[in-house]
Amino acid sequence: MNTHSDMQAGQDTALPGPTTSKTRLVVNGTERVLEVDNRTTLLDALREHLRLTGTKKGCDHGQCGACTCFVNGQRVNSCLSLAVMHDGDEITTIEGLGTPEDMDPLQAAFVAHDGFQCGYCTPGQICSAKATLEELRAGIPSHVTKDLLANPPLSPEEIKERMSGNICRCGAYANILEAVLDVAEAR
Amino acid sequence: MRAFSYEKVKNPAGAAARAAEVANAKFVAGGTNLLDLMKLEIETPLHLIDVNGLGLDRIEGTDDGGLRIGTLVRNTALAADERVKRDYPVLTRALMAGASGQLRNKATTGGNLLQRTRCPYFYDTAMACNKRKPGSGCAAQAPGAFSRQLGVVGVSEACIATHPSDMAVAMRALDAVVETVMPEGETRAIPLADFHLLPGHTPEVETALKPGELITAVTLPAPVGGHQSYTKVRDRSSYAFALVSVALIRQPDGSGAVALGGVAPKPWRNAAADKLLPEGAKAVMAELMKDARPTEQNRYKIKLAERTLASALNEAKG
Repeated sequence: MNTHSDMQAGQDTALPGPTTSKTRLVVNGTERVLEVDNRTTLLDALREHLRLTGTKKGCDHGQCGACTCFVNGQRVNSCLSLAVMHDGDEITTIEGLGTPEDMDPLQAAFVAHDGFQCGYCTPGQICSAKATLEELRAGIPSHVTKDLLANPPLSPEEIKERMSGNICRCGAYANILEAVLDVAEAR
Repeated sequence: MRAFSYEKVKNPAGAAARAAEVANAKFVAGGTNLLDLMKLEIETPLHLIDVNGLGLDRIEGTDDGGLRIGTLVRNTALAADERVKRDYPVLTRALMAGASGQLRNKATTGGNLLQRTRCPYFYDTAMACNKRKPGSGCAAQAPGAFSRQLGVVGVSEACIATHPSDMAVAMRALDAVVETVMPEGETRAIPLADFHLLPGHTPEVETALKPGELITAVTLPAPVGGHQSYTKVRDRSSYAFALVSVALIRQPDGSGAVALGGVAPKPWRNAAADKLLPEGAKAVMAELMKDARPTEQNRYKIKLAERTLASALNEAKG
């Protein structure tokens, strides 16, 4: 049985190998090499090791979507993935999408439509919204897609379904939807 | 989370051999369920074997006109595959009814089959659970327990948990087969019907897999056509587990296949019930639920399943 102090020490003789590993992440275009405890989630690597605190920790169990970022171009819950499993992967976080001076169109639309209140879920919402529009463009169907063999429409129904993995406890959904539709229609 | 060591593996038989030789080792692929359970210390592996480098991530045609789905094919990729959308639409529908976009991008085919129940008493380590801690009891069946989401058929005095997968329910209706490799390198094929085990007195034993055995693929037989649908009833319209789900394949002559999710410890189907499809939902459900032992709180699922099937049959008849 491991005690808490065993776990802190980073060594455990009962285990068949080391409890830390080296991992090389390409984060927002910059290579970052980390030696981390194997338990470190991608989320904690981003926030606590690389100080990229734009990606938020909400539930830490894959239920809220606040930790959504991109791995090799696909959105994932970074709380349910280990940093050591992403050796060599390209990670894009909210910091990589835009800056206050040069915002991504979705970031600008969230501001224009007031798509948030407290803002805590917003980075995850924006990453998910960006992925939603890309997935729609790629013809990936959803639960509400009527014809699986046709391209799914850029409809409010499709966007709401595809955004269902991102919870907003302030309840800014109506304005989030307006912001995403605005960018969808501009394309 | 408990400390663990970690390695990546390069070939399937080597992965199985490694899992058999290292004490308390687990495979990790998408990790979306395993890491959640490790954070809660419901799963406490000492060693993780990362199988993402095995290359089992392709969907290929089989000699008999079916499909072989590599175990590492992600749920999104499987649902969006042109052959699956065209020839096995019930599978695309089931996949897209489950989880969220983020989770489907990580969750794998093999991992989806191996995910654990979402029974709240399995998740709460302060409660008795024979699946989590054999012999400790089943808090879900104690007086006053909250059991409305739990199983009604195929369950036992030891456990009334359901299998949470949507994907597996569609695959069961499609007569899928699970392909594996053993630690000694030999391979075998397990019909999905026989893959998940009923709880009986040993709810901690959930599948037919032997120690170290690794899922390499799921195969589907040649397309059977017909009208295919997946109807899922849940407490909210998206991103929730099924109270009841129905995977239906109905041929123009009224024959077909029906599998249920949300009601049992495995996708629930039997040949006798399939034969009753031309007679309608009531007859089919009487057969599927003939050994049901519901709780007061989840008895509604029997009627709900019948009505869900009736609705799906109406839609199939156009």
